Amino acid sequence: MFEALGNKLQDILDRVGRESKLTEKQVKEAMREIRMALLEADVNFTVAKDFVARVTEKAVGQEVQGSLTAGQTVVKLVHDELIQTLGGEAKQPTLSNEGNVFFLVGLQGAGKTTSAGKLAAHYKSKGRRVLLVAADTQRPAARDQLEVLARQVGVPVLKVNDHETPQETKRRLDEFLKTDFRDLVIVDTAGRLQIDEALMDQLAALQTELQPTETLLVVDAMTGQEALNVARVFDERVHLSGLIITKMDGDARGGAALSARSVTGKPIYFAGVSEKLTGLEPFYPDRVAGRILGMGDVLGLIERAQQADLKAMEVKKPGDFDLEDLLVQLRQIRKMGPLGDLLKLIPGMSRALPEGFNIDEKQLQRIDAMISSMTIKERRNPKIIDGRRRKRIAAGSGSTVQDINRLLKMHEQMKEMMKVLQRLSGPGGLGKGMKPPRMPPMPPGMKR
Amino acid sequence: MSWLDRLRQGLSKTRQQFQDAAGDLGTDLQETLTRLDSIEDLEYALIAADVGRAATEEILADIRKSGKSNLQDALMEALTLQLEPDRRRAQFRQLGFTPDARRTVVDPRGHVVMVVGVNGVGKTTTIAKLGEYYLGRGKSVMFAAGDTFRAAAGAQLGVWGERLGIPVVGGPEGGDPAAVAYDAAAARAARGTDLLFVDTAGRLHTKHNLMEELKKVRRVIDKADPGEPADVWLVLDAVTGQNGLAQAKKFHEATPLTGVIVTKLDGTAKGGILIPIVRELGVPIKFIGVGEGAHDLQPFDPQAFVRALFDVEVPRD
Ligand SMILES: Nc1nc2c(ncn2[C@@H]2O[C@H](COP(=O)(O)OP(=O)(O)OP(=O)(O)O)[C@@H](O)[C@H]2O)c(=O)[nH]1
Ligand SMILES: Nc1nc2c(ncn2[C@@H]2O[C@H](COP(=O)(O)OP(=O)(O)OP(=O)(O)O)[C@@H](O)[C@H]2O)c(=O)[nH]1
Ligand SMILES: [Mg+2]
Ligand SMILES: [Mg+2]
Repeated sequence: MFEALGNKLQDILDRVGRESKLTEKQVKEAMREIRMALLEADVNFTVAKDFVARVTEKAVGQEVQGSLTAGQTVVKLVHDELIQTLGGEAKQPTLSNEGNVFFLVGLQGAGKTTSAGKLAAHYKSKGRRVLLVAADTQRPAARDQLEVLARQVGVPVLKVNDHETPQETKRRLDEFLKTDFRDLVIVDTAGRLQIDEALMDQLAALQTELQPTETLLVVDAMTGQEALNVARVFDERVHLSGLIITKMDGDARGGAALSARSVTGKPIYFAGVSEKLTGLEPFYPDRVAGRILGMGDVLGLIERAQQADLKAMEVKKPGDFDLEDLLVQLRQIRKMGPLGDLLKLIPGMSRALPEGFNIDEKQLQRIDAMISSMTIKERRNPKIIDGRRRKRIAAGSGSTVQDINRLLKMHEQMKEMMKVLQRLSGPGGLGKGMKPPRMPPMPPGMKR
Repeated sequence: MSWLDRLRQGLSKTRQQFQDAAGDLGTDLQETLTRLDSIEDLEYALIAADVGRAATEEILADIRKSGKSNLQDALMEALTLQLEPDRRRAQFRQLGFTPDARRTVVDPRGHVVMVVGVNGVGKTTTIAKLGEYYLGRGKSVMFAAGDTFRAAAGAQLGVWGERLGIPVVGGPEGGDPAAVAYDAAAARAARGTDLLFVDTAGRLHTKHNLMEELKKVRRVIDKADPGEPADVWLVLDAVTGQNGLAQAKKFHEATPLTGVIVTKLDGTAKGGILIPIVRELGVPIKFIGVGEGAHDLQPFDPQAFVRALFDVEVPRD
C-alpha cells in the first residue's frame, strides 16, 4: 500500500548523483518524501514537521560519508535521528525489592487488560510475586477477563467492587498484602477517552491513592494522528512514567509510538506482539525506526535467523546464486517461522513485493519438490534445463512444465533482485547490521 | 435528544480539532489556492484527520476543479463526495441535489449479520448497540457469542444480552467459533427471530489462519441457514490511522463486507481513514458509535457527518 521510504528516496537520490556534499536542494526534496513517509506511517504531523526540521539542519552541508551514496547518507541520518527520538536504547522499568505498583491506563480497547496479564507472566517468570488488581468496574466482564488471565498466569487477583471509593480500594489492597506478600502489584484500569473529564478525574483519584511506581500508557500501534493528543493529555493528567505499544504483530507502521514518545518524552518499555500471554517483548527503538521508515526490521530478522540456528551461508555474488542455494535457503528460512512475517522484516522487501502479496506454505513445498527432482548438475547450472529435462522434473515432482518454467524464471528474477538489494545495502551499509541479505526474496507470482 | 444532536455532540470535539488544524487557512478559495503555503496547510489538515495521502491529493484536486470560491464549501463537498460509495448518488450530489437524509434507516439485507474487525475496536459493544437499535425498531434479536478465544469475551456479551433482554447463544471458552455460529444460525432460523448478530474474536488482518477461521464461520452460517449471513459489517475504531485501509481491504477479501461501522467518534479522533476506505472499497458506512452505552449508535449520513465536522447548519431530520 505504501511505498517504502527507501524506494522513494533512492529515486530522488539516484538523480542527485555522486557529489560529496548534500546540497540544500537535495535535502529539501528528500525531506518532503521523508515527511510524507512519516505521515503515512501515522507519525503525528507536528512531530513529523519538527523531526524533518531537525534532520534538515543536520543534513545540509553534511559530507557524504565514506562509501555511502548521498541517498544512503540521508537515510542513515534519518534512521539515526528516528532511533534517538524513539529513545535510543531499549529501556526497562527499574523495580525495587518491594512496593512496586504498576498502573495501566489508556483509551478503550488499547490492550490494557491483556498487557496486565502479560506483564504478570513476564515478571512472575523473573521471580516476582505478582498481584493483579482488576479496577475496571465499567466494562461488562472486564474483571472476569483479568481473572481468567490471572488464573492462566498463576497469580492472585484482587477485584475492585462496583462503586468502591479509591480509599476503600487502597484499604483492601493493603489488607491483602498483609496476609499475602507481593512485591509487584499491577493495576488494570478501565479504558477512557482522554477528554472525558469525569473519568480522568476518577483515574487521577485512584492513582493518588495507590501511589504507583510506574504509570504506563498503553497505546495501540494502529493509532493514527490522535496518538499525540491522547499521550499528551494522559501525561498531563496522570504523569506517565512509560509507554507500552500493543498490537505490533500487525502491519501498522507504528508511527504512534514516535508521536507518543516524543510528546511525553517517556520511554517505551514494551511492545505487545500477540494476543497470547507470552506476546510481550522489550521495545527496541532501532527495529521500530526501520519499520516506520519502511526499511524492514533488519535486526529482528537477524535475531530470528540466529534463533533458527541458521548455518552461515557463503555470501555469493548474486550472479552465482543457483537453485541448490535456493533450496538450502528455502529450507532454512522455513525453520524460522511464518514466512509472511519474515518477509516484512527484510529491508527493501516492501518494494520488491506486489501489493497484497502473501505466501502459501504449500507453494514452498512445491518449489522444494521441484528443485529436489533436479540433478545436482541442473541445480548448479539451471541453464542446461531444456525442454526434455523440464518434462522429467515436472513428472518427478508432480507438477507441470509451466510450473517449472515459472520457477526458472523466478530464479532469474531473484538474482536480479539480489543485485539491487546488494547495491542498496552495499558496503558501509545503512546502519549497523545491514549486511547484504542472505535471504533470497520470494518470487512474484506466489500469491495465495 | 435527537440523533442529530447526539451526532453533533459526538462530533463536536472532532470538529474543534479539525478547525484547529485548518483554522488559519482563511476561507477564500481562490486566494488560498494561489498561496502554496495554504495548500500545504490544507494538506496537513486532511492528513491530521487521518485521511491519508492519496485521498488528500484527490480531495485537493476536486477542490481545484470545483470552481467554488469558498474553501469550506469546496472542501465539504469534496469530502461528502468521497464518502458517498454510490456512484449515482454521488453524481446527484455533484449536480446539486441532496439525497434525502431522512432515509438513513439502516436495514440489514437478511437475517444474520456477522460482525468482524481487528482487536479491541468495539465489535462486542457495537453488537449490544445494534441489538438495542433494532429492538427499538420492533425487531426480535439474538446474539451469537462467537468470540471463544479472548478471556471472558462470552461473558461480556452475556452481560449485554441480560441487560437488553436479548438471548445469547454461546459456547465453551476455547471452543470452536464455527460451532457457536452454526448453532446460533440454526436456532435463529428455527425460532423465526428477525435478526442474529454474530460476534467474532478480534483478529489482525495479517493473520492468515485467523482470517481462514473467519471464512469458515461464514461458510458454516450459510450451511445452517442458506443465503446467510447476508451482511458482514466491519467495525473500525475512529482513532485508527492509515492501517485502517489495509484492515478493510483484507477483511473485504476474506469475507466480503457489506458495511462499515465506525466506533469511538465521541473521542477526538476524526475517522478520516473512512474516506479512502469508502473510495477504494465502495463499501457503505452504516453506523457510527459515539459512546460506551447501548444507545450510543447512530446511522451514518455522509453529508451530516461532514457538515457536523465543520459545524455548519445541518438539514432537519
Ligand atoms: N494481536 C494482538 N492483540 C492484542 C495485543 N494486545 C491486546 N490485544 C487484543 O486487543 C483486544 C483488546 O485488548 P484488551 O486487553 O481487552 O484491551 P483494554 O485496553 O483492556 O480494553 P478496555 O478495557 O475495553 O478499554 C483483545 O482482543 C486483545 O486480545 C497485541 O499485542 N497483539
Ligand atoms: N468511547 C467509546 N468507547 C467505545 C465505543 N465502542 C466501544 N467502546 C469501548 O471500546 C472497548 C472495546 O470494546 P469491545 O466491544 O470489547 O471491542 P471488541 O472489538 O469486541 O474487542 P475484542 O473482542 O477484544 O477484539 C470497550 O471498553 C468499549 O466500551 C464507542 O463508540 N465510544
Ligand atoms: Mg480492559
Ligand atoms: Mg469482542
